[in-house]
Amino acid sequence: MEADEATSTSEVPEEFRPRIVAYCCNYCAYAAADLAGSMRLSYPPDVKVIRLPCSGKVEISYLLKALEEGADGVMVAGCMEGDCHFMEGNFRAKRKVRHAKRLLEEIGFDSQRLEMFNLSSAMAGRFAEIILEMTERIKKLGPTPLRKGVKD
Amino acid sequence: MIVGDRKPMDEILEMLEPYENILILGCGTCVTVCLSGGEREAAILAGQLRIWGKKEGKNLNIMEHTIQRQCEKEWVDEMRGHVEKADVVLSLACGVGVQLVAEMYEEKAIYPGLNTTFMGYPVVHGTWLENCRGCGNCVLAHTGGVCPITRCAKSLLNGPCGGSQDGKCEISKDTECAWQVIYERLKKKDQLDWMNSYQPPRDWSTAGDGGPRKSVKIEEVID
Ligand code: SF4
Ligand code: SF4
Repeated sequence: MEADEATSTSEVPEEFRPRIVAYCCNYCAYAAADLAGSMRLSYPPDVKVIRLPCSGKVEISYLLKALEEGADGVMVAGCMEGDCHFMEGNFRAKRKVRHAKRLLEEIGFDSQRLEMFNLSSAMAGRFAEIILEMTERIKKLGPTPLRKGVKD
Repeated sequence: MIVGDRKPMDEILEMLEPYENILILGCGTCVTVCLSGGEREAAILAGQLRIWGKKEGKNLNIMEHTIQRQCEKEWVDEMRGHVEKADVVLSLACGVGVQLVAEMYEEKAIYPGLNTTFMGYPVVHGTWLENCRGCGNCVLAHTGGVCPITRCAKSLLNGPCGGSQDGKCEISKDTECAWQVIYERLKKKDQLDWMNSYQPPRDWSTAGDGGPRKSVKIEEVID
């Protein structure tokens, strides 16, 4: 995964800024993120948003890949339940995230680093809040144990 | 199709323990359709193993590759290059595929990633039901197309037994009584008289207890 910033090589420990990969549905979370930007709402900057045509398109292997490549946290954001543009894509995403959590637990990896959220395209404030929530959660967990040896 | 389930992770990790270059080999036919050993599942397992390896500080090289069928020599031969780069192959095919891969790469460690469970079809998305045991002497013509050998817990040919209650088998409330299903099916086909006909003890010699069975299509054999 390409990083978006140069990381300092100094020995002084810096504040931990969790890197989060957010798989966002085009019809809700992605639009909400866009709106949050236009509204100049601030939220933690170390989030990489990846646009999906629907949250249901997310594959378990994408979620594992992001973690494997050194993301501190991974989230999937889909439409409110019952409001999926493709009927039930967000329910599929929910099942996939649940299963991916089981797969992570199976290998002794903390599944709290992965989460699913639901919101609508109008919820710019909620988008910022979700990012903050996830960032706070990951801060408590600390940096991913998989980053050793990963190039920034 | 042939149905399987991925082996427990502990067992997989134990098998792979001595190796660093690991090839996860998916199969593109039955186990792809039953969502246990296709390209997708190979990618998931490879991802899990990479995460596990990094977490444990191991220097693993996990490769993934999926071929159309692991039960045919031509396909298995085509992946020679991938196999050569690996110390071990974890095959996600059914037991048939694993055995052919093992036969064609005799010097390589070839392990099964799945427990092959049965032949069956999906009843609802995500759930498969066993419905044929390959007994070599098919009785479906008499039973409305429902297999009593597989779906009756006692493989009765003259069912139902006294344990059939409210359409369920006495072994579990979740299991339909095969003979109830047969009865309903025959009724729809207007063939209920089959229920009253006596089926003599069958010849089980075709069913596979005498070592591996062979099927020879003489017209195809090149001598
Ligand atoms: S190896 Fe097994 S799973 Fe793969 S195609 Fe052959 S029978 Fe089906
Ligand atoms: S009778 Fe034998 S061959 Fe026919 S479906 Fe049952 S197990 Fe399969």
